[in-house]
Amino acid sequence: MDVAVIGASMTQFGSHDTWIRELLVDAAEDCLAAAGVERTAVEHLYVSNMASGEFEGQTGIMNALAQDIGVLPAYTQRVGQTSASGGAGLLAAWQSIAAGASDMTLLVGGEKMTHLSTGESADIISSITHPVEYSHGVTLPTFAGLAARAYLNETDATRESLAHVSVKNHANGAKNPYAQFRKEIDVETVLSSPVVADPLRLYDYCPVTDGAAALLFCPVDIARQYTDEFVRVAGVAGATDTHVVHERPDPTWMTAVEESGTKLFERTGYGPEDIDIAELHDMVSLLEPLQLEAFGFAERGEGWRWAVEKRTTPDGELPVNLSGGLKARGHPLGGTGVAQAVELYWQLLGQAGERQVDAERGLCCNVGGFGNCVTSAIFEVGA
Amino acid sequence: MTNNSSEREGTKSRLLVYRCENGHLNYPAHPSCTTCGSELRESVDITTKSGEVVTWTRATTTPPGVREPNTLAIVEFSVDGETVRILGGVVDDVAVGDSVEPVFVEQLRDPEEAIRHTDSQSWSGFRFQRVESEN
Repeated sequence: MDVAVIGASMTQFGSHDTWIRELLVDAAEDCLAAAGVERTAVEHLYVSNMASGEFEGQTGIMNALAQDIGVLPAYTQRVGQTSASGGAGLLAAWQSIAAGASDMTLLVGGEKMTHLSTGESADIISSITHPVEYSHGVTLPTFAGLAARAYLNETDATRESLAHVSVKNHANGAKNPYAQFRKEIDVETVLSSPVVADPLRLYDYCPVTDGAAALLFCPVDIARQYTDEFVRVAGVAGATDTHVVHERPDPTWMTAVEESGTKLFERTGYGPEDIDIAELHDMVSLLEPLQLEAFGFAERGEGWRWAVEKRTTPDGELPVNLSGGLKARGHPLGGTGVAQAVELYWQLLGQAGERQVDAERGLCCNVGGFGNCVTSAIFEVGA
Repeated sequence: MTNNSSEREGTKSRLLVYRCENGHLNYPAHPSCTTCGSELRESVDITTKSGEVVTWTRATTTPPGVREPNTLAIVEFSVDGETVRILGGVVDDVAVGDSVEPVFVEQLRDPEEAIRHTDSQSWSGFRFQRVESEN
């Protein structure tokens, strides 16, 4: 069954006084209102979230949300796949419609993080690691430092070239009213910021963020009853890499992104040349070029050139992270994969305001761990 | 052996990697070989071997109970023509390509400060120290 998306919303990303339940409610209610769909029509409710229990001691948030937004007795399920929970939610929501199990599925993703210190937050996130990694105090930012040193050694990329990714994504975020950071920066800002995991610095990394985003899925024939303007899910595909990061043959190659992309292109019949815009998982600057390479947009070892040569800016051949990406829009773990698709929805339907580009088809890629769990998807203008 | 405690201590302070029936090396141990899926047949003691630094980083912001700064490296060991990689902390500094050897550390981070349950895993292990060149 062809699957459509008929509504999208997100809260302001940043630092909020509200807790996870309220963030999810805000995004969910805005999404139903944007779509003009009654809450009683919702049959499935998926909630993408990594760690509300660890962050604030609230579990069972899918049940709470179902009651709070008044969709009882709809089926509900929390989707947990670390920082790729949002992408995994796209797959779950798409699957529920494609399988005929639901005629109206609401997907809400979010996280509440900023009330904890950076170290406490890093410990929750690094608890995804294997005991032999965790015992050494490894964090996700340190995996990025290890990969970045290898990438700078093995390719022609310079330290400065990676800074261009952050500069571009900040420039994009400056035009996004929902973004956590709406301030342009330059290469010098990145290169003079404090070292986090050598050779990477503060402005290479995304922030910790509170926020939520939502999407409403239904069969294409039902979408047409509500609106002439909808987005079609061309395909969704996921893949998984090793739990233990050092067991990968090459720390600079994202195998699960490559596998997810290969499956996605096979299922949709599209290739990299058919994609007009992309939302990639720039948890750290380095990951954007690594994903350009793993999807086959760029040659292996050459992805760093794309931001430097402005091929990924809004007027380049493949605008990447028009939303500002994780770097500037922010990264509320379980919310990110949903927010990526929200940006594609707005761009494809001409609702992206100041950051609007001309696009008919977009790809998003949500990454959990350091490339451990990956879901990618292609959305296109519906007809 | 009647003294179980000292037997455990003895095992703990050795750095073991695990060889499958097709000869692939694994670290850590898994229910089956990460490379080919076959059974892991035996452990190989690499405590006294040296390995080569593949990449390293120095983290300046670390979680509660973790040393700061925390320099980490991925080190590759070769045993009978097969290689295996291990992530570990670094004693002092290293560069890519350096030869390093394992050094046992009783407590790598303070488990009382960690979100993970103290009894759920081992907190001892090996850091890597540069082997001084002889010339």
